[in-house]
Amino acid sequence: MDAASADATPIYEALRDLIRAEQPVALVSVVDGPHVGAKLLLTPDAEPLGTLGDGDLDRVVTRDAMGELDAGRSGMRHYGPKGQAGETAVSAFIESFAPPPEMWIFGAVDFTAALANVAKVLGYRVVVCDARPVFATARRFPMADEIVIDWPNRLVDARGSGLGPRDAICMLTHDAKFDVPAIVAALATDVGYIGALGSRRTDTDRRQRLRDEGVTDSQLDRVMGPIGLDIGARTPEETAISILAEIIALRTGRPAPSLRDSHGDIHR
Amino acid sequence: MREILDDIERWRAAGKRVAVARVIDVDGSGPRLPGAAMAVSDDGEVAGSVSGGCVEGAVVTEALAILEGAERRIVTFGYSDDEAFAVGLTCGGTVHLFIEPLDW
Repeated sequence: MDAASADATPIYEALRDLIRAEQPVALVSVVDGPHVGAKLLLTPDAEPLGTLGDGDLDRVVTRDAMGELDAGRSGMRHYGPKGQAGETAVSAFIESFAPPPEMWIFGAVDFTAALANVAKVLGYRVVVCDARPVFATARRFPMADEIVIDWPNRLVDARGSGLGPRDAICMLTHDAKFDVPAIVAALATDVGYIGALGSRRTDTDRRQRLRDEGVTDSQLDRVMGPIGLDIGARTPEETAISILAEIIALRTGRPAPSLRDSHGDIHR
Repeated sequence: MREILDDIERWRAAGKRVAVARVIDVDGSGPRLPGAAMAVSDDGEVAGSVSGGCVEGAVVTEALAILEGAERRIVTFGYSDDEAFAVGLTCGGTVHLFIEPLDW
């Protein structure tokens, strides 16, 4: 064994393994103060690794860091030597490594591969779901992390409780038989984005069918349909960009013209 | 960090020492968020980035100095009236980096 790898780097190695396993982990580093470089590695389930140099400081920082990890945020915090609030003797950088957000794409159609590709570029874990085994194949969607052959609403019923504000569901089937039950199921989750592909006529019809299923107007407000921004997208790839751009704009709260909120032809 | 792990592992397997620079704070407009990371091997290979390409060259110099024994520290890049700030961000913001050897 050479000199470099003989040096003990237990915190880095634990961090590396947790990141690769896509497990949530927070790394706290003292960047200014009495123990510059001191580290504390925190996960929701396991014992902490390392110390910032003081047991009280460790306890206070652990509480703050777990909150940051839940929110997927990284940033600087300042403390007294024993973790006192309002003091600045110790500056700690809390870095959150949250698992990648999920994008579930319903419908194994020609738009699916393009959307899956763009979602991968943005760091999503991509799940493609379609009830038809002939279409939902790894050969057609090699970029997907997982392919589920089932009715989309059954996937949401089984696993939707794990979805959160960073995750997205995109319905590309434009078939009410699949879309309507899947949207009803998605509305019962905390998923951050629900988009549904289709023409304005398809969308109007779909919204009526959802109302007939008992979906309220405020629930319908969560559904972005027709999906995507009104940027004149035509190809599957351009449509994929318009969908991801809509997701970004909704997250940041910036004004961008969604097709849902505009009128007239989608393709002009 | 996620995207630079493969390079770090390759360097470590080859017996190289590694320094890591991470964005810890951004004032004003900055191209990368806190957590953006860049790694430098002791023979000057680079993985990742901490800006839009504005300060990476200076970060390599700082990282190599730290691998040669300089103290780990916060390095700040940004616009300033001070002529000493030769390197800055074209977007006008200020970025604070923490640069340290990977010895933990």
